[in-house]
Amino acid sequence: MILASVLTTNLAILVLAGFIGFVVISKVPNTLHTPLMSGTNAIHGIVLLGGLLLFGLAELDSFSKALLVIAVAFGTINIVGGFLVTDRMLEMFKSRPKPKGSEKESAGEGKSGADGKAGS
Amino acid sequence: MSNPPLATSLLQSESFIYVLYIVAFALFIQGLRGLSGPTGAVRGNRIAAVGMGVAVVATLLNPGEGNWGLIALGIALGIAVGVPAARQVKMTAMPQMVALFNGVGGGAVAIIAWVEFRNHGSTYGSHLAVRTFESGPFVEHAIVRTGALPTYVAIFSVFAAIVGSISFWGSNIAFGKLQEIIPGRPISLGPAQQIVNLVLLILALAAGIDLIAGAHSELLFIGMLIVAALLGNAVVLPIGGADMPVVISLLNAFTGLSAAATGMALNNPALIVAGMIVGASGSILTNLMATAMNRSIPSIVAGGFGGGGTVEGAEGAGEHQGTVRSTSASDAAIQLAYANRVVIVPGYGMAVAQAQHAVRELTKELEARGVEVSYAIHPVAGRMPGHMNVLLAEADVPYDQLKEMDDANPEFQRTDVSLVIGANDVTNPAAKNTPSSPIYGMPILEVSDSRSVIVIKRSMNPGFAGIENELYFDPKTSMLFGDAKSAVSEITAELSAL
Repeated sequence: MILASVLTTNLAILVLAGFIGFVVISKVPNTLHTPLMSGTNAIHGIVLLGGLLLFGLAELDSFSKALLVIAVAFGTINIVGGFLVTDRMLEMFKSRPKPKGSEKESAGEGKSGADGKAGS
Repeated sequence: MSNPPLATSLLQSESFIYVLYIVAFALFIQGLRGLSGPTGAVRGNRIAAVGMGVAVVATLLNPGEGNWGLIALGIALGIAVGVPAARQVKMTAMPQMVALFNGVGGGAVAIIAWVEFRNHGSTYGSHLAVRTFESGPFVEHAIVRTGALPTYVAIFSVFAAIVGSISFWGSNIAFGKLQEIIPGRPISLGPAQQIVNLVLLILALAAGIDLIAGAHSELLFIGMLIVAALLGNAVVLPIGGADMPVVISLLNAFTGLSAAATGMALNNPALIVAGMIVGASGSILTNLMATAMNRSIPSIVAGGFGGGGTVEGAEGAGEHQGTVRSTSASDAAIQLAYANRVVIVPGYGMAVAQAQHAVRELTKELEARGVEVSYAIHPVAGRMPGHMNVLLAEADVPYDQLKEMDDANPEFQRTDVSLVIGANDVTNPAAKNTPSSPIYGMPILEVSDSRSVIVIKRSMNPGFAGIENELYFDPKTSMLFGDAKSAVSEITAELSAL
């Protein structure tokens, strides 16, 4: 009964998140679909959390640990790479009033932002 | 001295961590809302990145978190690979980059499910949920009362493993095709393909059900991962290049849903929300792309188009004996110079030739002569949703010159010259006029409505589907054969010499 309530709460979160996702994503114009994809790509890198949580288990053998290192590395690539590349693209979309050379600056900004996040 | 432990215990309390997760997913949603326009988009993406930082910190605060060295190693490896890749990738290579990032996400999901099974498979269940919430009153009670652990955890975990593995391999194949490591044309077993896929799917499901029912064999779990991997290969290999926008969107949805399933298994709200939103996003995009090609998602996954289309295209080629008028760069330049309104229709050929900057130069030259220029972009032009827009944005084309199909089509009637650069099937009038054509019913850019058309193309070879394009035989169309970049540069040079 009580365990069921954990499940049902999570199911409620799942379903509501699905609806919110549909509403929010429907508003994204075609023009921004590539950044949308790479941005959502970065967001599903959140599976990194799963790897981090499992590292907290006491009884891991070394093979499990090796697998988890790969999983954490994959998740980090997904997150850091995804957000950075999205940032680079989006800077191009907004960079119209700026003269040439603005692209390099923006890539630099994106790097520092993502580094700060990943280092945390 | 008595304060720090107290603060630590507050920081590490389950409620505090849970609140951080809520903050994280709120930031994800707020960030994605920013993507509804180009002005707020950069900020939106950064808000989502902050959300990710919050979620990671919250997880690391978990009491019992350990193996810090290995965690640091994994993260360092990820940064070492991810940062240079993201910074150096060319905009034209964006589809394969996205496919690759998507693949590693799916791989992470599958590996996590595997490790979870290795450590909890014997009593498959919500150990992690219990661990995470062990100080909360109700799960403690639950352990005492039920002893056994709930089946749903195993169900979600197995789902995550299968879908994650499909996504990892499928994405890698998509990457290989886009990067041209693997031939882009469909590779399939012919009619047997669908049976093979079905058998693989059934095998994976059977293994999964066996595991959920309590089979404690790690070999079975590995077998399930392998079968799912084969399925990922078998599904994506037969898909042709032009179907890539659909496939990439679909794999994106898959990884999202598998992440959400991991969240259900690990009882982690941030994972559930983030995964589900990505699932929704990928599903919407998949649907949009499929609609824009007038094809059903099952038919694309079944890989029917590439093979079948070629056969029908070959017949079509026999029928067409019209004359093709070819033109030169200088004639094209004159034609463009005397136009009032020019619409540029870019396609994958522009991306391949990296011609976006040359196209932008041409546009500037035309605008200097008072010609009104805009771009008409088909939803499936290129190899991923929005591919053309990114390339043109890279070349500093103003956002408001980029017209979506529905806005662009009514404008063709008052357009003097449509300049088609490396686009083919998305301009083929057969989609409107020829019911027997394999692309009949697909929404197209109606360039044949404009007063004249110039097509820049490498050769008369038909597009990916092998369908002859009636547009090329239209008397008002002239063909400029050549590489998109050099052809456009030549026109620009001729224009400035006029």
